Amino acid sequence: MDLDPEDVFKDEEDDPDNEFFQQSEGSKEYVVYLVDASPKMFSTTCPGNDLKDETHFHSTVSCIAESLKTQIINRSYDEVAICFFNTREKKNLQDLNGVFVFNVAEREQLDRPTARLIKEFDCIEESFMREIGSQNGIVPGSRENSLYNALWVAQALLRKGSIKTADKRILLFTNEDDPFGGLPDAAKKDMTRTTLQRAKDAQDLGISIELLPLSHPDSEFNVSVFYADLIGFNGQDLAQFTQSASQKLEDMKDQLRKRMFTKRVIRKIQFHIADGLSIELNTYALIRPTVPGAITWLDSVTNHPLKIERSLICEDTGALIQERPKLFQPYRNENVKFSPDEIADIKRISPGRLCLLGFKPLTCLKDYYNLRPSTFVYPSDQEVVGSTSVFIALHRSMLQHKRFAVAFYGAASHPQLVALVAQDEVTIAGAQVEPPGMHMIYLPYSDDIRDEEEIFPDTEDDAPRADEDQIQKAAALIKRIYVKDFSTLQFANPALQRHYAVLQALALEEDDIPETIDETAPDEEGLARPAVVKSVEEFKLSVYGDNYVEEIDNLGKEKAGEASRKRKAIAEDAAKDYDWGKLAEKGQLNNLTVAALKNYLTANNLPVSGKKEALISRILTHMGK
Amino acid sequence: MARNKEKLVLLLDVGPSMHGVLPEVEKLCSMLVEKKLIFSKYDEVGVVAFGTEETNNDLTTEVGGYENITVLQDTKVVDGDLIDTLQKLPRGTLDGDFLDAIVVGMDMLIKKYKDIFKGKKRLCLITNAIHPIKDSLEGSKEDQVTTIAEQMTAQGMKMESIVVRGRLSQDADKRIMDENDHLLSIFSKKTRTRNVYVDSPTSLLGALKTRRVTPVTTFRGHLELSPQMKIKVWVYKKTQEEKFPTLKKYSEKAPPTNQFATHQVKVDYEYKSVGDSSTTVIPPEQRIKGYRYGPQVVPISTAEWDAVKFKPEKGVKLLAFTDASKIKRHCFMKDVYLFVAEPGNTRATVAVSAIARAMKETNTVAILRCVWRQGQQNVVVGVLTPNISQNDKIPDSFYFNVLPFAEDVREYQFPPFNSFPASWQPNEQQQKAADELVQMLDLAPSGKEETLLPEFTPNPILERFYRHLELKAKQPDAAVPPLDGALKKITEPDPELVSKNKSVFDALHRHFELKPNPKLKKSSRQFYREKQSGSNAHESDGQAVKSIEYQPPVKIEKIGDLTPVQDFEAMMSQRDNPEWVGKAIKEMREKILSLVIHSHEGENYHKVVECIAALRKGCIIEQEPGPYNDLMRQLREYCHGKGIESLPQLLASRDLTLISKSEAEDSDVTYEEARGYFVKMEPNP
Repeated sequence: MDLDPEDVFKDEEDDPDNEFFQQSEGSKEYVVYLVDASPKMFSTTCPGNDLKDETHFHSTVSCIAESLKTQIINRSYDEVAICFFNTREKKNLQDLNGVFVFNVAEREQLDRPTARLIKEFDCIEESFMREIGSQNGIVPGSRENSLYNALWVAQALLRKGSIKTADKRILLFTNEDDPFGGLPDAAKKDMTRTTLQRAKDAQDLGISIELLPLSHPDSEFNVSVFYADLIGFNGQDLAQFTQSASQKLEDMKDQLRKRMFTKRVIRKIQFHIADGLSIELNTYALIRPTVPGAITWLDSVTNHPLKIERSLICEDTGALIQERPKLFQPYRNENVKFSPDEIADIKRISPGRLCLLGFKPLTCLKDYYNLRPSTFVYPSDQEVVGSTSVFIALHRSMLQHKRFAVAFYGAASHPQLVALVAQDEVTIAGAQVEPPGMHMIYLPYSDDIRDEEEIFPDTEDDAPRADEDQIQKAAALIKRIYVKDFSTLQFANPALQRHYAVLQALALEEDDIPETIDETAPDEEGLARPAVVKSVEEFKLSVYGDNYVEEIDNLGKEKAGEASRKRKAIAEDAAKDYDWGKLAEKGQLNNLTVAALKNYLTANNLPVSGKKEALISRILTHMGK
Repeated sequence: MARNKEKLVLLLDVGPSMHGVLPEVEKLCSMLVEKKLIFSKYDEVGVVAFGTEETNNDLTTEVGGYENITVLQDTKVVDGDLIDTLQKLPRGTLDGDFLDAIVVGMDMLIKKYKDIFKGKKRLCLITNAIHPIKDSLEGSKEDQVTTIAEQMTAQGMKMESIVVRGRLSQDADKRIMDENDHLLSIFSKKTRTRNVYVDSPTSLLGALKTRRVTPVTTFRGHLELSPQMKIKVWVYKKTQEEKFPTLKKYSEKAPPTNQFATHQVKVDYEYKSVGDSSTTVIPPEQRIKGYRYGPQVVPISTAEWDAVKFKPEKGVKLLAFTDASKIKRHCFMKDVYLFVAEPGNTRATVAVSAIARAMKETNTVAILRCVWRQGQQNVVVGVLTPNISQNDKIPDSFYFNVLPFAEDVREYQFPPFNSFPASWQPNEQQQKAADELVQMLDLAPSGKEETLLPEFTPNPILERFYRHLELKAKQPDAAVPPLDGALKKITEPDPELVSKNKSVFDALHRHFELKPNPKLKKSSRQFYREKQSGSNAHESDGQAVKSIEYQPPVKIEKIGDLTPVQDFEAMMSQRDNPEWVGKAIKEMREKILSLVIHSHEGENYHKVVECIAALRKGCIIEQEPGPYNDLMRQLREYCHGKGIESLPQLLASRDLTLISKSEAEDSDVTYEEARGYFVKMEPNP
């Protein structure tokens, strides 16, 4: 079980609220990437990220590689298979022509992604022509139908697992909108029929087929020619789909990444608006810190995993405690005991219910009213019909009047006041950037808010304030270091990237660990631009006058310096008590206390950390012995 | 540590006009002491009540005056008796003089701790300040207050005054209230006094910080705007959740006669090999940490890891400024930090003030990259927002919120609301009703105090816990008390507000109708349910959804000849009796067999295949592979016996083989066996 060690919601009890529990076997996803490898995929190019033209095949492969890397971090329980069709070679269980299932050692065809898979898939383009080869599988005159075969293989791969516990998907990448276009009419009709039937059968088994079409700048991918029927679109969907499909290829990587995560409802809650008016909401975790997974302890000799057994031992008698112990709090010179149920009772306030208390203008939601990542809520009509319409009405009013709702959320272990902030849908170029719904922001209580800014005014004088000129200079500075389109998604977590780079290298027994780029480092070049430097200097001059250098060098250091100088002087004095050279020669340093040893080290500007042996050896090294 | 000990005198107005809120005052003060008993048990607390019938204080005996002020408790180390005193405050009979009370309180602190104690000395005044204070003999009231305030500063005392107003106090002379407010404001100008006005019992309970946490800086150093320009700042936590206290585990093993028993429980962890039945415990030096990468676990020793892991340099650096609208409020990840200029550093304070004000004017925010400590595991990227101080004494500062990394954001897609059917869209009247609600159910009406302001809202769970703790200390078998009335206002809508807006709620009820979904009864149809909830974008599973939306107008009790597939599906979805599933499967089986047997030259085979497909799907959904697999075996036998080839071929082409173990847990058929089931029968061309 992948549990977050620094869980934001960690409590002394097992927290049923924990979203990370959700990522268990129970809700796996099985995905088959079905990639068209026809010659057309190699010959058609499209402007890529760095404005160089890249083939459709290249963009598809790099897109899948990217998503595999994300997936192994985020959702490593999901299983994937990569399958090419329109290939020269064939490799599949059914032994069908023109279909090649790509796999690596120590892995089933549909399995969790492994380090090896990612690594080998990363360089598939080099070996593709040699080992797999591209060849159009649908040729006039033959009865071969590579698309049909591919669907069959994909469906067979997805046999695994019950539909109850897994979400099965086929992601189909192609740039051929009319696969049977070159065939004579009768054959075309026949092949279309059988292929559609095959797709329908797969869908009947609960497998969803999603199409990721690749368009050429000159000729749009026309979904309605063939694929609309295959993926089961009707009129309205089609219009929407073509719109999103017409986006540039650059978006595709992004799009796939988005598609990789299937939504999971954390829980269903009841939103009590008035007596007799409670609507149904689903909550989702859109933002949660991703952490490098739990540590598994291994036996360093055998590399076998270790299990941790926890036992409770009575300190008075040494007896093993089997039952769930009571809890106690020392209070008024005695131990006040609580049963675990009692603690749960104390925390139980309108469980599972979100209770509307009222509305406030958005300006009342201060920047410091925050404790944890927010949770997203979206209405559902599944159990209570009419919920969505109530929600939409409230959502609209809240947006229009710029107000947020205050509500009390009775989560089992963490009942809390929350702010519900309506979010309108935001789309950029047809892709949804912000989904419509409400964000539930957890509000602090009075005991959670501190007022440290108020603790300093010790003087009679008012606090110093900037004057108009200084503010103007600061504004000029802001203008210089201004970024127009900042996005919160812009930075990858450098520690996590490093973590996985190291793991991947070690997992594959590579010698050198690839460098990871810390995207969060400041843009030194940008900051060194003359205009920026000039505005910085002007601001500096207006606030600090000519004293800046002095200020930075002296202030603060002085204070700290004083204390440490004093400490050092004491240590120097104390160190004189011993004849160190003699003690060292006789090997009697061990007889001294750690404190005495540290005095010597302090007096000689050496580090004072470590165990006694380390201290002694450091002293000896220092004396040159 | 002695310097962290706090000496506190509570100055409580118990005059007749305060009687209404005294229960809350009692609760608030006992909570304060209860928390002190746990978290800072060496603090000392004294209690002074004013407005009492009696008079009992040192000053009155020494210099005279100071009537109607009773020292209920001289300052002493907190104990249970103190709580008992605070829970039974006397009800006074006269209007008290808060200024006299302040002087008495100061006198107590000065006398007791003048020379021996340099630490936190605090007064806490709770009053409604609606009655005039006595005129002084010399000088104006203002002069008098100023003198006292100066004395307070000289003695290093702080004061907190909670003024109960609004709904909680009776009608009072506006002129006197203004005068008193003015006098109190002198304290906040001249001394380190916090004046707080509350107008509901709920906010009264939250008005006093019942637990003081010594502020600790997260970071002291430079806020680096560019390599050329740095500002000295200190960083504190602005919010941090006060956790439910961690209770210790209690052992009942020790005999009750043992008076010295600690009853403590030691938690012991043992590391053992998985699968190894032996009980050898692996010693710590033989353990190595393994990290997960997909299904693999990669062992890495701590030393190895330290050599290669990400090691950022300590420092707080500006990345850029950007428009405030670029940062969504819901992206804030954690509790909030406060950036203040280094205390006493005038230029840094001005620099912070200039940038904060410029940011406010231009509506921009700053993006920072922070490494608070050397050796920190990761960087923190967050947004700095200005906090322009309203109080002349307090310098401007910044708030800092942590932002997510790209990995932390899951971009789920949700259907836009306008994509929903018209019946789900609110009509004009419904929209109007909602508009009314959003505007009328107002928690922050203009000109009035904002209700449920987080600053004044106590944590109901903690309140309940400490109250229960106090109760249990006296009565070990006390039951968990219900939530206090004043706290109910936090968890439930204010009945007053609701009744005031009755018409709004009536309209809401009139226009919106909610009803339970009739199609969904408690059922085991997890599959369908999930599909429906996830039916946002994936219209490809429309089929599955359709099959449950198909409501049989009459109960289907038998599978007919005309529409066997539909009849079967209808029967399967009849949920009033679990027997329907079994019956449906059984009837379908019989129907298929009879169709096969009565088929003339394969004319029925098309229908047969459809029926088998439906049965197979149904059996997988219900996880009942048995009947289906039996039927298929029977059919194969039959076809084999009669030499029928077309049916098995048809079935194989549609992939209608046995249900394998991977599809239904109960199946005894392996995947390979199922796949090859009919293939084997196919004659090789």
